[in-house]
Amino acid sequence: MIAKRIIPCLDVRAGKVTKGVQFLDNADVGDPAAMARYYYEQGADELVFYDITASNEWRGIMLGVVRAVAREIFIPFSVGGGLRTLEDMRAVLLAGAEKVSIDSGAVRDPSLIAAGARAFGSQCVVLSMQVKRTGRAGLPSGHEVIIDGGRTPTGRDALAWAREGERLGAGELCINSIDADGTKAGYDLEITRMIADGVGIPVIASGGAGEPRHLLEAFTKGGADAAIVASIVHYGDCTIPDLKRYLRAGGVEVREAIHLEERSGT
Amino acid sequence: MIAIVDYKAGNLTSVARALEHLGHQCEITDRPERVRAADRAILPGVGAAGATMENLRALGLDEVLRNDVARAGKPFLGICIGIQVLLDQSEEDDTRCLGIIAGRVVRFPAAVDGRPLKVPQIGWNRVRQVRPHPVFRGVPDNTHFYFVNSYYPIPDDPALVIAASDHGVPFCAAIARDNVVATQFHLEKSGAAGLRLLDNFCRLKL
Repeated sequence: MIAKRIIPCLDVRAGKVTKGVQFLDNADVGDPAAMARYYYEQGADELVFYDITASNEWRGIMLGVVRAVAREIFIPFSVGGGLRTLEDMRAVLLAGAEKVSIDSGAVRDPSLIAAGARAFGSQCVVLSMQVKRTGRAGLPSGHEVIIDGGRTPTGRDALAWAREGERLGAGELCINSIDADGTKAGYDLEITRMIADGVGIPVIASGGAGEPRHLLEAFTKGGADAAIVASIVHYGDCTIPDLKRYLRAGGVEVREAIHLEERSGT
Repeated sequence: MIAIVDYKAGNLTSVARALEHLGHQCEITDRPERVRAADRAILPGVGAAGATMENLRALGLDEVLRNDVARAGKPFLGICIGIQVLLDQSEEDDTRCLGIIAGRVVRFPAAVDGRPLKVPQIGWNRVRQVRPHPVFRGVPDNTHFYFVNSYYPIPDDPALVIAASDHGVPFCAAIARDNVVATQFHLEKSGAAGLRLLDNFCRLKL
């Protein structure tokens, strides 16, 4: 059985890791490659980096970050933030990322999902979506897709967009609840479950983890295959092994981080 | 020197980085003569069976892998699509493959016992070492490895299966026969355990 994944998320601005709280008020917490190594050694199952500046002038710096991270860790990691074209995606993958995470760019141009899947394989394409209960009428899931870092409502229904993303060839979906993000009150289990039940590809829950119980709920009640964690691990409230111990005790299959010699020493 | 066989479909640099990290010299190449000259060969990567075989044939690498690597006794490691193309035939794109190992490659079922199965499987799965093999030296049984696959191999000779896993159904996760070793999981993305297997392969004495 596939283990449930814990994925620390690192927001990167101008080549440095920050932690955004509801996308505002970022405080510097360090060097991306060093933090990647730290979580890799703790037993993180995967990492995700979001380039939250994502302007052209920083693109080269971000690719440098990706290359530096790829030298440090030997688990999958994805990179998102401002990817708008096939060439943007290619550059990130060639720099050493396993996957690209596309968000606003895919809403503006859904053919990007299909083109990415064709060029690099579905397993490389994570469709990330920011969702919010906006109260707009005519949304079957009750959640609207919001783009541009939480600023621009699209009128699209979250579940409909998730299904469309799957149809176009996304390999995974990352559902980030703007309502839950930064609250530490738990993931939005309702929309996570709705999408997990509504698609046949893995779903990653994102936004709101404040205590270990929240991850357990994301995997059980929310039906998620993976969960993004940020503040809960960045500020030392919990370590990855703490979270895994808790999940294992709760009956969730997680990867055991084993310590062994990489080299046979002969 | 270890040749990483470049079939122009996947990003092969992660395998190269892992080998360099372990201190093994390697070269990413699509040239038959470089693969022939290498001490060992690795066929890594993600991609579809059809495109992989097309590219291998176009580059003349299919014959090299069959004759100058597999049959010549050169240590060979296939990873992910690199295990699947070793068999005779794949259901993916109905592809005729290298035929180095007798058998076929099939897709995971869409549902098991009425429950839908997520395909591809993406993530960490436990690997049971069903037959002792030196590539697993130092790696505990049931260690998790990173998988990304919709298809899996079924060799005709079940004795070639050295490791198995489960995703809805039990499936073959690694094969070995003489100088040929192959894994369905990604050694280069499986943390310390994956690196150890890669290192063990690089030190295999045949």
